[in-house]
Amino acid sequence: MNDSQLKIELRTSPHLKQAVTVAQIMRNVVYALLPVCAFAVYAFGISVLALLLVTTLSCVLSESLFCRLAGRPTTVNDGSIVITGLLLGLTLPPGFPLWMAAVAGFVAVGLGKALFGGLGYNVMNPALVGRAFVQAAFPVAITTWTPAFAAGRFSQFIPSTLTLPFMQPVDISAWLKQTQVDAFSGATPLALQKFEQLTTSASDLFTGMTAGSAGETSALVILAGGLYLAARRMLDWRIPVGVLLGAVLTSLPFWLLDAARYPDPLFVLFSGGLMLGAVFMASDMVASPVTPRGVWIYSLFIGVLTVIIRLFGGLTEGVMYAILLGNALSPLIATITQPRVFGANSKEPRA
Amino acid sequence: MKLLQLFRRNTFEHGIHPAQHKELTSRLPIRRLPFAPQLIVPLSQHGGAPAVALVKPGQEVVRGEPIARADGFVSVPMHAPATGRVEAIQLMPTARGPKTEAVILQVYEGSSQEVLYDAPCNIDTLSTDAIIQAVQDSGMVGLGGAAFPTHVKMKPPPEHTVDTLVVNGCECEPYLTCDHRLMLEQTDALLAGIHIVMRALGVKRAMIGVEDNKPDAIAAIAERLPANGPISVQAVQTKYPQGAEKMLIQSLLGRRVPAAAFPSAVGVSVFNVGTLAQIGALLPRGHGVIERVVTVTGPGVKRPGNYLVPVGTPVRFLLEFAGSTPRAYELILGGPMMGMSVASLDVPVTKAVSGMVVLEASDAGLDECKVQPCIRCAWCVEACPMHLNPSTLGLLAAKREYEVMADSFHLNDCFECGCCSYVCPANIPLVQYFRIAKAINREQAA
Repeated sequence: MNDSQLKIELRTSPHLKQAVTVAQIMRNVVYALLPVCAFAVYAFGISVLALLLVTTLSCVLSESLFCRLAGRPTTVNDGSIVITGLLLGLTLPPGFPLWMAAVAGFVAVGLGKALFGGLGYNVMNPALVGRAFVQAAFPVAITTWTPAFAAGRFSQFIPSTLTLPFMQPVDISAWLKQTQVDAFSGATPLALQKFEQLTTSASDLFTGMTAGSAGETSALVILAGGLYLAARRMLDWRIPVGVLLGAVLTSLPFWLLDAARYPDPLFVLFSGGLMLGAVFMASDMVASPVTPRGVWIYSLFIGVLTVIIRLFGGLTEGVMYAILLGNALSPLIATITQPRVFGANSKEPRA
Repeated sequence: MKLLQLFRRNTFEHGIHPAQHKELTSRLPIRRLPFAPQLIVPLSQHGGAPAVALVKPGQEVVRGEPIARADGFVSVPMHAPATGRVEAIQLMPTARGPKTEAVILQVYEGSSQEVLYDAPCNIDTLSTDAIIQAVQDSGMVGLGGAAFPTHVKMKPPPEHTVDTLVVNGCECEPYLTCDHRLMLEQTDALLAGIHIVMRALGVKRAMIGVEDNKPDAIAAIAERLPANGPISVQAVQTKYPQGAEKMLIQSLLGRRVPAAAFPSAVGVSVFNVGTLAQIGALLPRGHGVIERVVTVTGPGVKRPGNYLVPVGTPVRFLLEFAGSTPRAYELILGGPMMGMSVASLDVPVTKAVSGMVVLEASDAGLDECKVQPCIRCAWCVEACPMHLNPSTLGLLAAKREYEVMADSFHLNDCFECGCCSYVCPANIPLVQYFRIAKAINREQAA
């Protein structure tokens, strides 16, 4: 054998590499989100299908636009932007006007991600930044709820969905009458509980028989996606557990004090966007702390804050702001919870 | 830690599980490699001062004869690996990069494998100091890869009391099986070596830690040990880097070596099985280290095996003997996690080379090696056995904040096991950054 046959590469150790890449992680998160999307479409019809398509498309196009503006190769391929798009769509009301959804997508990417330097540098979850923006900009549209499993949902759009760009959302009261869903008050279970002390049954909440944002209604499919990711180690299980634990522990004493006024912990767990937020948004790798102890502080903080906002704030749902605040705090949390180096402060040797 | 003890599993926290690939060679008995026509014996194969040559060009030497003497306490002598004629003493390339002075030996064609030079002694009558001297005279260094002179480790600092000898039979590097075969085939020499070192250290207890992927080795050793004797063998979890001494001490004894301290700080001395087996075999006969078991393996090798290789054998000779495939791409001395890839086939096998792993292009996983931004997945934090924060260290390294890395983020506790780079989905060369950072800090301090 002579040297010309052997082309040797020089590298420094380690010479082996685990095969999982960023793109693979992102792809798996998308897989885990697909059942949630499918259930959302099943429950709310083609309006949600259009909504998800618009938010995803808007995010992808914005991402490639901002990459072009920054003079960098496009980062659409890493798949993280599809997650942002899907998550954004899932957090919006099913009848949310499509043009507003497109704006939300643009803001999510521009303000939430590109401004900071793209994937890995964003401080907050981009999807939630986009949602927070439309919450402030379009307060009526974002609190207009439609019933799940409305008749004809696969053949006709919710009227507000097709609102013309830059117009106020179309009034849906006539459509609501026509769909003839009994006793739909136009409120989510959270609002019913908060303002009328009407508790929706936990099983309805768990399976997603209720009104709410497109993808938040069924805790069951969300948990299934989360379990899939956690089993593949692409989701830090401590984050959803911490968020949910924080929420339960905060709501429990209030419920024990006054069960008529305050919701029971089970209701807190399965209502609103808590499950979606805990499993898919608080767990956003980029915006959560890297330190093991920091993860617990961060997730418990989000859970506690969510319940505080729900019980005592002006809003019915607090998970979005709780996560955004948690995101903003996570660099600080990481700084004060640096891991203790092996052998630090070790006690006297044992025999 | 408390949780781990609850389950009574011998292990440490964090670490990784790379594919083992040990089946390529784990069943192949150790075979002798013939002499290469020319051997290159570097005078600095160990930590500490280089040895001083005792021979001159043109001089004839017999196998086993000392050809270089130790230069001070932290240094070891060299012995002739074969009978032949010293051709030159000159600078030669080494795997580490810089050229070092080496004795070039022209091996006689009829050179026999018999060691002709010896100075037998009765180990049982030797004093502690005499044993340590004998170990130094044998040229013994840490054969697990550290290459630190062994006799120095047998003299722990006086402020520390060592009560346990930990014998490292983990062999946690993927692909390598030389220690595995050695534990199976040279069990008696290993136990003899353990007794010698126990006596020198004055310890009453020795624990042999073997990863639980080598049950046959554990059984072979256990068979020869009396129950409740001073020596015990224990299975430890198969996990990289189980063979790092701080990790192994934690796994076996539950003691944590303080950051920046040596094992003697918790009363432990760690020796590799290869080192101890050679001590057991060489010391009674007064021989020096002239050969070692090297695992030649990897998908790029046609005839993998565990070879008894004379020190100084050029890598080229070893590779030709084992045969390489056309797709051979990268040649590593040592294991694939911490070993060194070599630039030239003319570098010699030295005392601390435990393996030669030849990878093919796809095995190295180079196809998707584009570096992406850190997504803070924290996999590196979960992998680091030293409980560092490689994610933050990596971001600091990219900003060249090398001093902050050392002052606030324990850079110097990194022992470069490479777990962080292995798991990073963004392909960030973390441990590679850390090596550079350490080197620059060292330079600035100097």
